Amino acid sequence: MRNPEQILGIIFQLTQLLLVVLAAPLLTGWVGQCQAWLQNRSGAGLLQPYRVLNKLFHKDAVIADNASWLFRITPYIVFGCMWLAAAIIPIIAVDLPFSRAADVIALVGVFALARMFIALAAMDIGTSFGSMGARREMLVSFLAEPALLMVLFTASLISQSTQLTHIVETFAHHRFILYPSLAFAGIAFVMILLAENARIPVDNPSTHLELTMIHEAMILEYSARHLALIEWASSLKLFAYLSVGIALFLPHGMIEVGNWAGLPLAMGLLCGKMLLAGAGLALLEASMAKMRIFRAPEFLGTAFLLGVLGLLIHFLLGA
Amino acid sequence: MNNLHPNLQLTPFPTAIPAWQAPIVAGDLQLICHKVRESGGRLVAIWGRDRREAGFVLHVLLLTQTGLLCLNLPLSRQVPSYPDISRIFPSANRMQRAVYDMLGMAALQAADQRRWLRHAAWADDSFPLRKDFDAQAALRSDLDDYPFVRVEGQGVHEIPVGPVHAGIIEPGHFRFSVVGEKVLRLEERLGYIHKGIEKRFESSTLQQGAKLAGRVSGDSTVAYAWAYAMAAECIADKTPPDRALWLRALFLERERIANHLGDLGYLGNDVAFSFGFAQFWILKEQVLRHNAALFGHRYLMDAVVPGGVSVDLDEAGKKVLSEECAMLTREVQLLRRLYEEHAGVQDRFIGTGRVAPKLAAQLGLCGLAGRASSQAWDMRVQFACAPYGMLDVQMATHQNGDVAARVNVRFDELLESLRLQREIMANLLGTGDLAYPLASLPANGFGVGMVEGWRGEVMVAIHTDAAGNLDRVHPHDPSWQNWPVLEHAIIGNIVPDFPLINKSFNLSYSGCDL
Repeated sequence: MRNPEQILGIIFQLTQLLLVVLAAPLLTGWVGQCQAWLQNRSGAGLLQPYRVLNKLFHKDAVIADNASWLFRITPYIVFGCMWLAAAIIPIIAVDLPFSRAADVIALVGVFALARMFIALAAMDIGTSFGSMGARREMLVSFLAEPALLMVLFTASLISQSTQLTHIVETFAHHRFILYPSLAFAGIAFVMILLAENARIPVDNPSTHLELTMIHEAMILEYSARHLALIEWASSLKLFAYLSVGIALFLPHGMIEVGNWAGLPLAMGLLCGKMLLAGAGLALLEASMAKMRIFRAPEFLGTAFLLGVLGLLIHFLLGA
Repeated sequence: MNNLHPNLQLTPFPTAIPAWQAPIVAGDLQLICHKVRESGGRLVAIWGRDRREAGFVLHVLLLTQTGLLCLNLPLSRQVPSYPDISRIFPSANRMQRAVYDMLGMAALQAADQRRWLRHAAWADDSFPLRKDFDAQAALRSDLDDYPFVRVEGQGVHEIPVGPVHAGIIEPGHFRFSVVGEKVLRLEERLGYIHKGIEKRFESSTLQQGAKLAGRVSGDSTVAYAWAYAMAAECIADKTPPDRALWLRALFLERERIANHLGDLGYLGNDVAFSFGFAQFWILKEQVLRHNAALFGHRYLMDAVVPGGVSVDLDEAGKKVLSEECAMLTREVQLLRRLYEEHAGVQDRFIGTGRVAPKLAAQLGLCGLAGRASSQAWDMRVQFACAPYGMLDVQMATHQNGDVAARVNVRFDELLESLRLQREIMANLLGTGDLAYPLASLPANGFGVGMVEGWRGEVMVAIHTDAAGNLDRVHPHDPSWQNWPVLEHAIIGNIVPDFPLINKSFNLSYSGCDL
C-alpha cells in the first residue's frame, strides 16, 4: 500500500524539481519584460535569461590565479542550495517527500548556507570589490534573516507547525479567513524579498556601477559556467521566495500528491500567481529609487518590526 | 586691466571676445596671477610651445572680469623653467605637470612634481611636443609606479577602481581611501587615453585640424569645432557670415540639449530609477535622430568649419525642430516634476557630493558644476560673442553645490536652451552664405577661441608658423579645472554615492588626456 504512494510522491517531487529549475529563468525574464514595458521600452523578451545562460555555458571560464577550491565549488553549492530550497517549498503539491525533511527554519538555514559560501568566495580572491560586496551583503542579510524568521513564525503560530506543508494545508483547506497578523507579515515579507533578492530599493541587479553593487560585486570575478550557475541560482532564489510568499499568503489551489486530475489547474494557478507576483515586483521596482546603503538597516528594521507586530497581534487577538 | 602690473604691455588681439596678450618676465608671473586672482579672475589654461633656437614660450591664459588675458613667458632653451602658480590657482597643478610631460618645461618649487600624462609610454627624458621628438626611438613600454598619496590610520584601507570598469565608460583610475563605507580621500589618475592629439595637430592642415578638434571630446564636438574655428578666424581677422553664426549657436544649443537630456537620464539610472533613465534617453535619441536627418551627423560632428558652417537648415527642417522643441519642453517639464516629487530620488540627490561656493571659488570650479556652486560664469552671458549678444541668455545658478543643485542647473539650462533654439530659428530667415573660404592662415599668427560648451568653457589656441601652417594647437577642456574638485566633492560621502557624484559632474577623460 505504501509503495505506490511513495513512488507517486517521488514522481510529483521530481516534476516540481524540474518545473522549478526550468521555469525560474522564465520568471526572471518576465520581471525584466514587465520592467521594460513600464519604462516604455520594448524589452529583450521572456527568453532573454535562457539566452544569457546559453551564452555563458558556451564560454571558457576565467579564474583568478589565487582562487582556491572554495571559489570553484561555490557556484555549485549555491545552485544546489537554491534548488534544494525549491524542493522543500510546496509549489504545486503539498506533502511532497522532501518537504517533510526540513521545516521553515531549515529553509532559512539553506538560504544562509548559500550566502555564506558566496560571501566567502567573494573574499577568497582578495579583490576590493569582492570583500566590499561581501560585507554589504552581510549587513543586509543579518538584518533580513531575523525579520524573515518573524514572518515565518507568525504563520507557524497560526498553523501550529513550522512545516511549510502543514502551514499550507491549514491555510488552503480551511474556509477563507483574513488573518490580521498575516497582513503585517505579508508587508514584511515583501520588504525582505526585495532585500534578499538584491532588488531595488536595496540593491540594483542591473547596475554596471561597481562601487554601488552588493550582490553583483561579490560575483564580479565569476565568468562562464560559474556565472551561469550563479545567475540561475539567483533566478531560483527569486522563484523560491515568491513560492514561499504564495505558500504563506495565497496557497489556494495547491493539490495533494497523486491528484493527477487537479494538476493542470494547480499549474495554471501557479502560473497566474507567478505572473501577478512578477508584475507586482516589476511595478514596485519601477516606482522606487535605490536607497543609500545605510538606509537598509532602517528598511529591514521596519520589516522586522512588522513581523513582530504580526506575532503580537496573533497573541493578542488570536488571529 | 592695466593696473595689474606696471610692466604689463597689453596688446589687444582680435577675437570674438575681448582679449589681450602681454609678454612678461618670469619674475612677474606670480605677482600678476595673484592680482588677477584677487580681482576675481580665473585660470583658464596653461600650455607651452617649442620655438627651437628662440627657446620655449609658456602661455598662461587668464579670464578676468573684462576679458581674456594671455601671458607669454619666454623661457631659455637650456633651463626651461618657470615659477609655480599652483599655489595661486590650484587647478594649475595638473596643467603644469602635463606641460612638463609634453615639453619638459618645469614649474619651479611646485609641491607636486609627479608625472601626469606620461604613464611611462615614452622615455623619461624625451618630450613629445618638442620639435625634435623622434617617436620611433622614444616609445617604450614599461609599467610606471605612480606614487599615490597614502592615508594611514586604524581601519583605513584602499579601494582601487579602474581604469577598466564594469560598465563601458572611459578609462580612469580612482584610488579611494576609506574607513568602512566613508571616503577619507580620493585620488584620481588620468591619462590612460593619451592619443597625441596635440602632436597630430602639428602635421595637420587647417581643415584636418578642424576635424581633429571636433574629436577631442566627442560629446562637446560643436564647442571644440567652434572654438577652433573662432581661433582660426581670429588669426585671419575675419568674421563668418551672420547665418553661419546663428547656425553655430543652434548647433551648440542642440549639443547642450542632447547632453543634458542624457545626463539627467543617467542621474536617474545611478539611483536605480530606471524609469527616468528610459524617458530621458528616448528624448535624447529623438534629438540625435533629428540631428542626423537634418545635419547629417547625430552628434553634429564637422558641422562647424573654419569660416562658417557646412550644413544649412531649410524651412522644413525648422518646422521639425520647432515641433521637437515644443514636445521636449512639455516632456522635460513633466519629468522635472517627476524627479522633484520622487522622495527616493531626492533623498539620494540632496546633500550628496556638496561643493560649497567658497571651496568652488578657491579651487576654480567652472562651467555647469561651477554654476551649481554659485560660480556665476557663463561665456554666453559675460562675453557674449555673436550671436549670443542678441539672445539675452539667462544664466542658471544654484548655491547648494550638491548633486541636486547640479540637476537643477541642468534642468534650467535645458529649458533655457530650448527657448534659445526657438529664438535662434526665428532669426534664421531666408537664405544666406554659410561660410567664406578660409584655406590657410597668415604666418606667425596667434588666436584664441572660447565657447561655452555644455560642460563649461572650451578653449582652443592656435599658433601658426612662418609659413602659416599650424605650429601649435592647444585644446583645453573645462574638465581640467573640475576633475580635482571632484576629489573634494566626495570627501565625507559614502563609497556607493561616488558614481552618482561623478555623473553629476560628468567630466571628460578624453578632453584632458589629449
